[in-house]
Amino acid sequence: MNINKTVNATELTVALEGRLDTATAPALEAELNQSLAGITKLVLDFSALEYLSSAGLRVLLSAQKAMNKQGEMIVKNVNETISEIFEVTGFCDVLTIE
Amino acid sequence: MKELTLAATVENIQAVTDFVNEQLETVDCPLKAQMQVDIAIDELFGNIAHYAYAPSTGDATVRVEIEENPLAVTLTFTDCGTPYNPLTQADPDVTLCAEERQAGGLGIFMVKKTMDEMKYEYNDSKNILTIRKILN
Repeated sequence: MNINKTVNATELTVALEGRLDTATAPALEAELNQSLAGITKLVLDFSALEYLSSAGLRVLLSAQKAMNKQGEMIVKNVNETISEIFEVTGFCDVLTIE
Repeated sequence: MKELTLAATVENIQAVTDFVNEQLETVDCPLKAQMQVDIAIDELFGNIAHYAYAPSTGDATVRVEIEENPLAVTLTFTDCGTPYNPLTQADPDVTLCAEERQAGGLGIFMVKKTMDEMKYEYNDSKNILTIRKILN
């Protein structure tokens, strides 16, 4: 998985490419842990993300909890497979999906 | 029927995924079904890698069987680790808000929801977990 970050003042966009799974989720978690200070808007761009597993959901949940305290988090460009995962797990109500 | 035996490690999830995808690519498997199978591999082989032999390590075997009419794939995961039936795990409450949610418990739940069959048996000192997915 590739992680591409773009910072614009207090807005951070993180574009993911590939698969967010057991092997790759720790890299995203580490990246977010060191990048969220001072950020009020986190945008996760999934346009090049193929799918995610529960390891990815765990990272999304902890990012959402962090951003609830300091601003907002938006997930965008979700494909059909990922959209169904969000539906089945109730993450469609936990996350803001555009 | 094809079978792969390798060390149950997180690093080997990719090798298992490639092995299964190679078989799925020999038939007309829709991409979405393939991705759901790949997610199931991540959850199930990942669980074996994390828990079956902890704190030691060991091998796991993944068997792939493809049937026609209907087109379906059956994956069997076998390990000789601690007996554990993931089907006895309670389903997570998927209606909770972010703050109330705990990490974890979602993997097996997702597999149950996306596969057509899932069964577990403990036989001959082995955990044998089978999933079946109809592909079209």
